[in-house]
Amino acid sequence: MTSGGPLAPSKGNAARAAVALPGWLWFPAALAFALIALPVVGLLLKADWPRIPELLLSSASVDALLLSLETAAVATTLCILLGGPLAVVLARGRLRGLRFLRSVVLLPLVLPPVVGGLALLYLLGRTGLVGKGIDLAFGVTIPFTTASVIIAQTFVALPFLVVSLEGAIRTAGERYEAIAATLGASPALAFRRVTVPLILPGLVSGSILAFARAMGEFGATITFAGSLQGVTQTLPLLVYQQREEDVDAAVTTSLLLVVVSVVVIAVARPRTVQGVA
Amino acid sequence: MTALDARVVVRRPAFTLDVTLSAAPGEVLAVLGPNGSGKSTLLAVLAGLLRPDGGYVRMGDETITDVEARVHVAAHRRGVGLLAQQPLLFPHLTALGNVAFGPRAHGVPRTEADARARELLKAVGTAELADRRPSQMSGGQQQRVALARALAPGPDLLLLDEPLAALDVDSAPAMRSLLRRVVRDRKQTALLVTHSALDALVLADRVVVLTAGSLVEQGPTRDVLGRPRSPFTARIAGLDLIPGIAGPDGLRTADGILVSGHAEGVDEGDPAVAVFPPSAVAVYASPPSGSPRNVLPVRLAAIEPRGDTVRLRAGTVDGGPSWVDGLAADVTPAAVADLAVEPGAELWFVVKATEVGIHAASS
Repeated sequence: MTSGGPLAPSKGNAARAAVALPGWLWFPAALAFALIALPVVGLLLKADWPRIPELLLSSASVDALLLSLETAAVATTLCILLGGPLAVVLARGRLRGLRFLRSVVLLPLVLPPVVGGLALLYLLGRTGLVGKGIDLAFGVTIPFTTASVIIAQTFVALPFLVVSLEGAIRTAGERYEAIAATLGASPALAFRRVTVPLILPGLVSGSILAFARAMGEFGATITFAGSLQGVTQTLPLLVYQQREEDVDAAVTTSLLLVVVSVVVIAVARPRTVQGVA
Repeated sequence: MTALDARVVVRRPAFTLDVTLSAAPGEVLAVLGPNGSGKSTLLAVLAGLLRPDGGYVRMGDETITDVEARVHVAAHRRGVGLLAQQPLLFPHLTALGNVAFGPRAHGVPRTEADARARELLKAVGTAELADRRPSQMSGGQQQRVALARALAPGPDLLLLDEPLAALDVDSAPAMRSLLRRVVRDRKQTALLVTHSALDALVLADRVVVLTAGSLVEQGPTRDVLGRPRSPFTARIAGLDLIPGIAGPDGLRTADGILVSGHAEGVDEGDPAVAVFPPSAVAVYASPPSGSPRNVLPVRLAAIEPRGDTVRLRAGTVDGGPSWVDGLAADVTPAAVADLAVEPGAELWFVVKATEVGIHAASS
């Protein structure tokens, strides 16, 4: 596995000879960067710093933060438990119509979240296809509960995990498992001792992406779960509500979300970026 | 009793693989063939990674594949090891962890598996790398560890899939002698797939040549490579071979003649074979002077045109060494015209010592 030559990927930046970039490239690139960075700066400038501790410690804010962390964590776990096996099947399965299944899995990625929320409501609502049965059998109503927040988040975050994990599985290939088999490892053992460790980086980056998406989820949640403090009001929903009542509070809550996002990026880099590419 | 007895039929759009082969216990069988001849497909079937369309595979008295009887023993229950072109060491495990993987998968307790792994790492000369990850080793080191890993479960049959092809020129000879030591000398039954006549010569007892899915030639390695009968074998092999015993400056033949050359991975006194390409042979009508050269008296047995060159085939001269019989020299048509010879003429085949490699060989 010795790879060399002038086009081999270099490990250190120091050794890399720069290839000149066309000059005009810098202008749109700078514009794109400004478009991403400046709004955050605007948020920082707009913040009413002396009031921040008070606003952050308000009950609505604390409730929303805790609810967001809790629901996003559960949603991420669900993504791993359900999306992991789905990614394995999509990458390795020998099934007719696998390509069609993959397009369906990508749906939440392109579908407006509000539409997703509405769809969930008609599936799991009291009169919905599945919700009716659940209501009759268990007397449980799903919409507008914390469970519905988790379901909405799982719905939108699932493709992030599946796509990045499937990529990792495809990149790893089946050669290592074949070797493991010739060494006497049963398929179950090979999966546990070889496949899982090999795709762990992809799983981690996929999980972080899914967590970030779940934290930021808004559209599907407000349609399917509503905005009830302490029950379904996550941070983004709180920002939306505060925006009309108290702009300073909305800005403060937004900053909180920015901090969470920055932490996620810090933890995920650079693997997340590679996982998606 | 045979260690391996197989008939493998695989139908592909491009070709049909249909071969019958067998190996005795402790024998190393080389499968030579051009790209796309079905070598890798054959190995995949033997390893249990691919179901053939027809045929059977028996190892000892156990049938591990039989298409008609619908027998297909899973890869992990076959006792068939594989060393591929790429080392494919598990990147998340150390060298020790990689080698201990097989025994662990067979239920050997950890301490015992680790002890066996250390022993094997020592046997392949990588004992000091036990705690390193694959990313911290060179390609040659990785391939040595991969060999130890393949041997660790004690496979009944070891498949070697061009194990030297991905190594650089510096590590390939060392790996070749290592394979000879730990596979051939230890009587590990093995099937070696290769492009290289030299690998087959050093490592294999017997050779089968596979072209477009069928066996076109088979026999003891030296016979097949020394006197190829199929165009493919002639192209990749067609080497001149002289058997003898390795000495300090070359090879000593049975009748005491010294063939000068450079030894590669062979100890003095061991059975060896001097190898050189026919293109390295110059042909003279009278004995030339000048030293670091081997001068062999021959009688011209045949003249074979081969495209741009002409192959002169040697026979024995009265009173001369008998082992020159069958040696080949590739010369230009102009040189043949200058020599103005016909079969039966006495000639001298001259080879520079630098062109002659002395390699370990069996018997």
